Amino acid sequence: MTVSSANHLFRKFKSLAMNAVCIGCALLVILPLAVILFYLIRKGASSLNWAFFTGLPKSAGSVGGGMGNAIVGTLELLAIASIIGVPIGVLGGVYLSEYGGERINGWIRFWADVLNGVPSIVWGMVAWALVVVPMKGFSAWAGGLALGFIMIPLVLRTTEEILVLVPRSYREAALALGLPQWKTITRIVLPTALRGIITGVLLAMGRVAGETAPLLFTAFGNDYWNRHLSQPIAALPLQVFKYAISPYDDWIRQAWAGALVLVIMTFLLSAGVRLFSGSRFQKNT
Amino acid sequence: MTPEQAKTAFAAKPVGPVSGSLPQNAKPAAASAAVNSRATAALTVKNLSVFFGKHQVLKAVSLDIQAQAITAIIGPSGCGKSTFLRSLNRLHELVPEARMEGDIRLFGQDIYVKDVEPVIVRRRVGMVFQKSNPFPTMSIGDNVTVGLRLNGTRNRAVLAERTEQSLRMAALWDEVKDRLNASAISLSGGQQQRLCIARALAVQPEVLLMDEPASALDPLATSKIEDLILELKKDYTIVIVTHNMQQAARASDFTAFFYLGELVEFGPTSQIFTSPKQKRTEDYVTGRFG
Repeated sequence: MTVSSANHLFRKFKSLAMNAVCIGCALLVILPLAVILFYLIRKGASSLNWAFFTGLPKSAGSVGGGMGNAIVGTLELLAIASIIGVPIGVLGGVYLSEYGGERINGWIRFWADVLNGVPSIVWGMVAWALVVVPMKGFSAWAGGLALGFIMIPLVLRTTEEILVLVPRSYREAALALGLPQWKTITRIVLPTALRGIITGVLLAMGRVAGETAPLLFTAFGNDYWNRHLSQPIAALPLQVFKYAISPYDDWIRQAWAGALVLVIMTFLLSAGVRLFSGSRFQKNT
Repeated sequence: MTPEQAKTAFAAKPVGPVSGSLPQNAKPAAASAAVNSRATAALTVKNLSVFFGKHQVLKAVSLDIQAQAITAIIGPSGCGKSTFLRSLNRLHELVPEARMEGDIRLFGQDIYVKDVEPVIVRRRVGMVFQKSNPFPTMSIGDNVTVGLRLNGTRNRAVLAERTEQSLRMAALWDEVKDRLNASAISLSGGQQQRLCIARALAVQPEVLLMDEPASALDPLATSKIEDLILELKKDYTIVIVTHNMQQAARASDFTAFFYLGELVEFGPTSQIFTSPKQKRTEDYVTGRFG
């Protein structure tokens, strides 16, 4: 009796201790995000005003101005990157999950994972060689292409992983109704997985939204509004980088504010739009 | 050629109570001769062998499946029942290394010749699966008409009519008629399976394959499905795989006993269950093995 109850107490203690460790680790994971947000808000929130979102940067040393062109520029770059990265990534994922054979899939997956690991500045160099050199100038196209390259393997792998989760039985049911395979994929499999694919796309967009290195010698940055996509374009990460290493107090304050806006943008990307995606009936996939 | 035309062109004998709205083409002469020679065979299987890679799953199976009758396929797990069923609508071809030999004719017409698309075969030979699998992104009504809609039927009146017809045949209409727009996965397991039967019926197949359609259901839902199958026999040719001996004995007209990829015995259900010719059949149906 005494032995078993002591044992029981000890097991209860072990359980509690492990629980506490797990909760502690979970908190540690969230902690950096909380600290970053806290710091960004403290340092940057005071510089956020209407002019920051709508105005152009002022000349070095003078107070005021904003990052309106950089915010719009980042959105434009994201749009170009998505136009390149999403169709290629999603269709490639469809190929991997629905058509490809074991061997060729192994190769594609391997190369996609290698591409995922390529440093982002290398993608900037690729876009520089492919677009900047022939067009004889930095441009939004080049920056968007560099970000698109980064998106392709991300979207490809998440799309494949989501499609594989769609039960075989749905495909078989559709095929047994006499539907051709392409209709089975476009009308049954993809809608079932839509929510997951959109989530994957948004995560990829969030990832590239903050990329700085690939934009350094492609989008290049611009102190004015971008009038044409074949011209250099401003981007938030570039602007933050430029301001943060400057010697001017006001620029440094604006760099904090820019970083805050960037974090909020990626946050909205991964959380906000997700609420509107998904099919009518599905709670989760 | 539109899918519907393709279907009627290939269809030797459109059967079914609801095919009145379709143009009833005259049967091709060769096909009708074949139909006449075996008065009521819907499917004629000759020397069917199926391989998955090097593994032979079916060994030279020959049997005739009677039209407007229920043929039960019984046998222990892994004996090739499901593979047999899936070779009848060419669904086994989804397995990349699958290979078949032999000859399967649907109302006299070879379903494995080069110019016959599996898609057309599957429109004529419908299938219901072991686990109910309504499409979760679609409503109840959309699930019923999905085969028609995605094959090009746009006419709302036709779709509405076919929805009611199919759901009535699947004995589900009264339970769902007020909530056709509700999610298909809001239904109970038994209702979902009947919805899948309605979905298969809506494309008006000539043969309905059922792969243990009631094995995941409770007794009440099972008896509903059985009643339904008996009702459907009037208009359809049904092939049903089952592990449930009582179900085979109750519901079927013919029974085929498979063991280790071979067809051991095939005959009228009463004969298989009361006076089987083979020792192995007797042992199996009396529960001595399997």
